[in-house]
Amino acid sequence: MKFIRQLTIIFCISLIAELMEYLIPLPVAASVYGLVLMLAGLMTRLIPLEKVEGAADFLVEIMPILFIPPTVSIMISFEVLKQLLIPVTVVSVVSTILVMAVTGRTAQGIMRRSHKDRGMSVSAEEKGK
Amino acid sequence: MEAIRETLAQSVFFGMVISLLCYQIGAAVQKKTKLAIANPLLISVVIIIGILMLLDIDYDAYYNGAKYIQYFLTPATVSLAVPLYRQMRYIKKYPAAVFGSIASGVLMAMGSIFLMGLAFGLTHEQYVSLLPKSITTAIGIGITEKMGGMVNVTIIAISITGILGNIAAEGVCRLFRIQEPVAKGLAIGTASHALGTAKAMEMGEVEGAMSSLSIVVAGILTVVTVSIFAPFI
Repeated sequence: MKFIRQLTIIFCISLIAELMEYLIPLPVAASVYGLVLMLAGLMTRLIPLEKVEGAADFLVEIMPILFIPPTVSIMISFEVLKQLLIPVTVVSVVSTILVMAVTGRTAQGIMRRSHKDRGMSVSAEEKGK
Repeated sequence: MEAIRETLAQSVFFGMVISLLCYQIGAAVQKKTKLAIANPLLISVVIIIGILMLLDIDYDAYYNGAKYIQYFLTPATVSLAVPLYRQMRYIKKYPAAVFGSIASGVLMAMGSIFLMGLAFGLTHEQYVSLLPKSITTAIGIGITEKMGGMVNVTIIAISITGILGNIAAEGVCRLFRIQEPVAKGLAIGTASHALGTAKAMEMGEVEGAMSSLSIVVAGILTVVTVSIFAPFI
């Protein structure tokens, strides 16, 4: 029952999120509203962490499986999109690597500049708390 | 034989069973080979497409069952708030690194897609379909629809991005000497949404939490930035 209670809270937030998606005229998906709601709930302690964490951890763990159906849909778009395959692949590959490199280097640069004394041992220091 | 094939294809359990089964095969192959390219999602998708083509079952029949798996995507995305909440102290500690890096990553995405779009001579429709390629499918599709793009192209670009991000994350971090767990997570989540985040979570909880934070922040920043970049082509 504990797991069911946790799932109920998560599904309930998903339901409210879908309503928000319908009511708010922004190109923002329900899942994002839901994520923000859940985070707000946790931070305000309206939703205590222990009331959701078991089911939430399970859902996060199985997340890659949830992407299988939309990814398999490539098979129906493949014929139509054959001509676009090269630009789409090149753009996707190049920009993904560029974005990853720029984001990571920027983050690391800012962190090391403002926390020169801590630098490399960020996680070790946190674990010790 | 034909009747059996028909019954199998009609059952809602067919899509579910082959998805779950193929994912486990993929996970087993990765465990055995320990190769990054042997990504469970990639392997399972290839096997499933192979099975469907071999048995001549169309995507709709597969999706009829598989959609029940996909329904968990919203609650799973909602659940990303939990690892994020556990790591909230890192965000409070490095607000400049978090928001500065994600903003630079989003601008890099838009800028590089614009330049390559020019180089390839893409149409406006094709270009705007690629703009949301680094963010989570759910928000990305919303953007493409709003901008009058082709949702199919967006899904393919997001899938390639996610699978590549998942496979290449460790290599890219090593190549560009990104060593801080916080920076790794930000880089992976901003570049390759939830699929990359799955890898970030394997790397560690800090990486996973920063990566899931990046999905939200990068998604929202992309919604804003796309409206600026969309008229360029």
